[in-house]
Amino acid sequence: MSKRVVIDPITRIEGHLRVEVEVDENNVIQKAWSSSTLWRGIEVILKGRTPMDVGLIVQRICGVCTYSHYRCGTEAVENALGVKIPLNAKYLRSLMQTSLYMHDHIVHFYHLHGLDWVDVVSALSADPALAAQVALKYTDKPISAGEGDLRAVQERVKGLVETGKLGPFANAYWGNGTYKFTPEQNLIALSHYLKALEVQRVAAEMLAIFGGKSPHPQSIVVGGVTSVRDMLSPARLQEWKQKHAIVNDFIIRAYKADIVMAAEAFGTEPSVLGGVNVKNFLATEDFLLGDGQYMFNQGVIMNGDLAGVSDLNPDWIKEDVTHAWYKADGPQHPFDGTTIPDYTGFVERDTVYGKLPTVDGDGKYSWVKSPRYQGEPVEVGPLACLLVSYARGNQVVVDAVNGLLSATGLPIEALFTTLGRTAARMLQTVIVAEEGLKTFDALLTNLQSDESTYTKPEIDPNKEYVGHSMIEAPRGMLSHWIRIKGGKVENYQAVVPTTWNAGPVDAAGNMGPYEASLIGLKLEDPTKPLEVIRIIHSFDPCMACAVHVMDFKGTNLGEFKIDPNGF
Amino acid sequence: METHEALYQQGVARMEQLRHLKPRHGETLQDKMLQNGISRRDFMKWTASVTAMLALPLPFSTLVAEAAELANRVPLIWLHMAECTGCSESLIRTDTPNLDSLIFDHVSLEYHETLMAASGWQAEENLEHALETYKGNYLLAVEGAVPTANNGAYLTVGCKGHTGLHIVKQAAAGAAAIISVGTCAAFGGIQAASPNPTGAKGVYEVVDKPVINLGGCPPSEKNIVGTLMYFIMFGKLPALDMFNRPKWAYGARVHDNCERRGRFDAGEFVEEFGDQGAKEGYCLYKVGCKGPYTYNNCPTERFNHHTSWPVLAGHGCMGCSEPNFWDDMADFEKPLGRQLLHGLDATTDTIGTVILGATAVGIGAHAVASVFAKSEEE
Repeated sequence: MSKRVVIDPITRIEGHLRVEVEVDENNVIQKAWSSSTLWRGIEVILKGRTPMDVGLIVQRICGVCTYSHYRCGTEAVENALGVKIPLNAKYLRSLMQTSLYMHDHIVHFYHLHGLDWVDVVSALSADPALAAQVALKYTDKPISAGEGDLRAVQERVKGLVETGKLGPFANAYWGNGTYKFTPEQNLIALSHYLKALEVQRVAAEMLAIFGGKSPHPQSIVVGGVTSVRDMLSPARLQEWKQKHAIVNDFIIRAYKADIVMAAEAFGTEPSVLGGVNVKNFLATEDFLLGDGQYMFNQGVIMNGDLAGVSDLNPDWIKEDVTHAWYKADGPQHPFDGTTIPDYTGFVERDTVYGKLPTVDGDGKYSWVKSPRYQGEPVEVGPLACLLVSYARGNQVVVDAVNGLLSATGLPIEALFTTLGRTAARMLQTVIVAEEGLKTFDALLTNLQSDESTYTKPEIDPNKEYVGHSMIEAPRGMLSHWIRIKGGKVENYQAVVPTTWNAGPVDAAGNMGPYEASLIGLKLEDPTKPLEVIRIIHSFDPCMACAVHVMDFKGTNLGEFKIDPNGF
Repeated sequence: METHEALYQQGVARMEQLRHLKPRHGETLQDKMLQNGISRRDFMKWTASVTAMLALPLPFSTLVAEAAELANRVPLIWLHMAECTGCSESLIRTDTPNLDSLIFDHVSLEYHETLMAASGWQAEENLEHALETYKGNYLLAVEGAVPTANNGAYLTVGCKGHTGLHIVKQAAAGAAAIISVGTCAAFGGIQAASPNPTGAKGVYEVVDKPVINLGGCPPSEKNIVGTLMYFIMFGKLPALDMFNRPKWAYGARVHDNCERRGRFDAGEFVEEFGDQGAKEGYCLYKVGCKGPYTYNNCPTERFNHHTSWPVLAGHGCMGCSEPNFWDDMADFEKPLGRQLLHGLDATTDTIGTVILGATAVGIGAHAVASVFAKSEEE
C-alpha cells in the first residue's frame, strides 16, 4: 500500500516549492513530484519597456542570487545591440560575481542547507574540550572552534533550548537517524553557523563596494558599469581585497574543513550517497580572469561520460510544458516559445497527514517548465560546472577535485551523490575566491593604461534585434533571451538554473533532476521527511527564478481564467 | 503629534507592560552580549545610534536599551508572498555585527520560511501554533505582494494549499501590528507593474487594519530593524507619512541629503556614464537620478554597514521606495523632468512641493548653464 507525503513549504530556500512523494510499504520512494506554487509574470511586465531597464527589472526575479539576473539581462541586451563593453567593465562585473558567489554559497551551506546536516540538539551534549581537538582533524587552523568559543556557543544555545521555546529551531527533525555527526562535530558546525552570519555580512559588503548595495546592486548599465569612482580609488580597491581576505579565511578554515568532516561522517549514510539520477550535466564558461581566459569551461556531459564532453549548443535548448501549468503544442526554443497560463489546481487525496490537496501527477502540476537539451533532462549547478571543467582538463579544477578526493579518501564516483553535490559547491567557492584575485590583478594592470568603463549603446527604432546571454549563476547555467523591436522589448525569456533542475516530467515521461534524485530513497519516518529536504536543498532551489513566463504571441492573459475551486 | 515627553511616558508604560509578558528565555541580553564579547559600552553606543536614527532625542537611548533587553517577549511572524527574498537577504545583513544578531535572537521569531529549520507539515504547524498562542500580541511582517487575481490562485503555500491571500488575511486578523517589508508588500512592487498579470497588491489593500509600509527594493536593514524597535518600545506605530511610511526613515528627500547635492547646485552634471564628470562625482540627474522625487534615508544611512549606496556607485536613484515607481519612473536612466507624480505629500509637506517646483526650474537653469560651460571648454 503506497502512501503520499506532501512537503509544502520546503523552507530554507528562495521562493515557494512543494514536493510530494509516494512511498511503498518499506517507506522507499517510488514516485516524486516537484511543484512550484507561485507565478509572478515578470516577463510579461517587460514587454514594451525600454531595453535599458531590462537589467533592473529582471534583477527582481531573485534577491538571493541578486546580481545574476541583472548581469545576464543586461548582457543579453548588449548582445542584441552589438555593444562591446570596455575591459574594466568586464573585470568589475567579474569581481562582483566573485563577491556574490562568496556570499551566496556560504549562506546556502550554513543557513539554508546546514540544518539538514547539523543536529542542533545533539550539539548540546558535546564536550567542548574534545570538540576543539576534533576540529583539528579537518584543518590545522580551525576558526571559531577553540574550546572557549565552543563552550560559549553551547551555553548560548542551551539557554534557548531550556526554555522549551526554540524559535526558528522549533519542531524540526532533531534526533533523526540520518544525522551522522557526533555531538562534538555538531557543535563545531553550529559554531560556524553563527560565525557565518557575521562573515556573510562582510561578503555582502564586497558586492556593495562596486555595486552600490547588496542585495540588488545598481551599478550595471547597458554598455558598462557606473562605479568608476570606486574603481579609481586605491582605498576602495584595497577595501575589497581586505574583505576578500576575511571571507576567504573563513572559506578555507571553516567551510572546506566542515565539508571534509561531513564526507567522513556521512560517507556511509545511504540517504546521501544517491541523489544524482539524471547523469547529464551542462555548464557555460564564466569568470573572466584576464587575457581572455575564463575560470570555468563550457560544455555538456551526457550519461555521466566525462570523456565525451561536447560543446554547448544554445540552439538545442527547448522547453516542454506537458505537465506545467501552461499551454503549448510541443517543446519550444526560448526565441519561439509561447507561454499561456493553464492552471488546473490540486486534487484531494489521502496522505500521511490525512486528506489534503495534492498535485495531479497525470496532469499539470507546476508553474515551472521543463527545459531539455536535445530532448534530455540535464542537471546544472556547481557540480555540473566542476564536472565539465574537470572533463575539459581545466588544471585548477582537476587539482581541486583530486585534492578533495585524496583528503577524504573517496573515489571519483563519490561526486555523483548528494554529498558530492554539496562538496562541489564548496570546491567551487574555494576556486572562485582564490582565482578571483587573478581578475583583481588583471584589473589593476589594465587601470595603468585605461580608465574607461562605458560604451554608449545605440538603438535604431527601425531595426529588430535578437540577442541572448549565458552566464554561470551560483545555481548553474542561466540564459536570457531577448527580441527588441521599435526600440522596445518585444519578447523576453529567461531559462534559469532551477527550471533545469526542478521542472516536472516531460512529454516523453522523463523526470527532471529533482524528481529523479528522490526515487529509491528510503525514509526513516515519512511524516518527518528530512532525507527528502536534504537532497532537494543540495540543489540550492531558487523558485522565484524558476517561475517566469513571456507571452510571445501577444495573447491577452486576462482571457485565461483560473478555476479558484480547483483545490 | 505628541510631545517627546508624552512619547517618553508612553515608552515607559510600554516597557512596564513588556516586563509582565513571559520572556522567551531566562538569559538576559547582557549575559549574551558578554558571551559574545560585547561590552555594555558598545551596547550603549549602539542604542545612541539607533536613537539618532529614529530621530529621537538622546534621553530616549535608555528606552532603546530597555527595549532591546525586553524584545525577547515579542513574537514575530514573517510571511513570504510573491517576492524574491531580497528583503530577507537585507534583514540578514543587519549592520552592527554580533549585536544585531543578538537582537535577531531575542525577538521571538516564530515563523520565517527562509530561516526556520522545520519544513512542510511541521512548518505549517509552527505557524498555526503561533497564530493561536500569541493571538493579539504578535508582530506580523510580510515580504512580497499578495496575488489577488482569480481569488489568489497564483500563490499557494503549505500542505493545505491555502492561497497567499487567505494566509495574509488570517495572520493579519490576530496581529498587534503589521509591517509590510519592502515595496512589494507595501505597494505591490515589480509584479504589480503594468499590466500586473496576477493582480498583485500591497498588503494594506487586502486587510482592514493599519499597515506600516517600508518602501525600498529592498529597504535597508536599518529601516527594517529600526521599525521593529519602535514598535517594541512604544507598542504603537511610529509617525507615518501619507503612504504610511515611518517618517523617521522616509521623512526626507534623497535629493536633499545627497552627497552630490553641491554638484547639482553648481550645475555640474554627468552627461554620460563613464565621462569625466562621472569620475569627478558630478550630479546624476541627467542620467536619470530620481532622488528629487524619492523619500528615503539612503544618503545618510547607506547600505551594508554604510559601505555604499547607488549614487556613490555612480548610478542614479531609481525611486524604489515610492509607490508605482516601476511604471512612474520607468526609463530609469533618463531624467523624469517635471512630470506630475502620484502626488507628493501636499498636506503635510507643502514646503517640499514648493522646493520641488523650484528644483525643476533650477534643473532647467543648471542644464542651460552646463551647456554654456561645455561650449566654452570646446
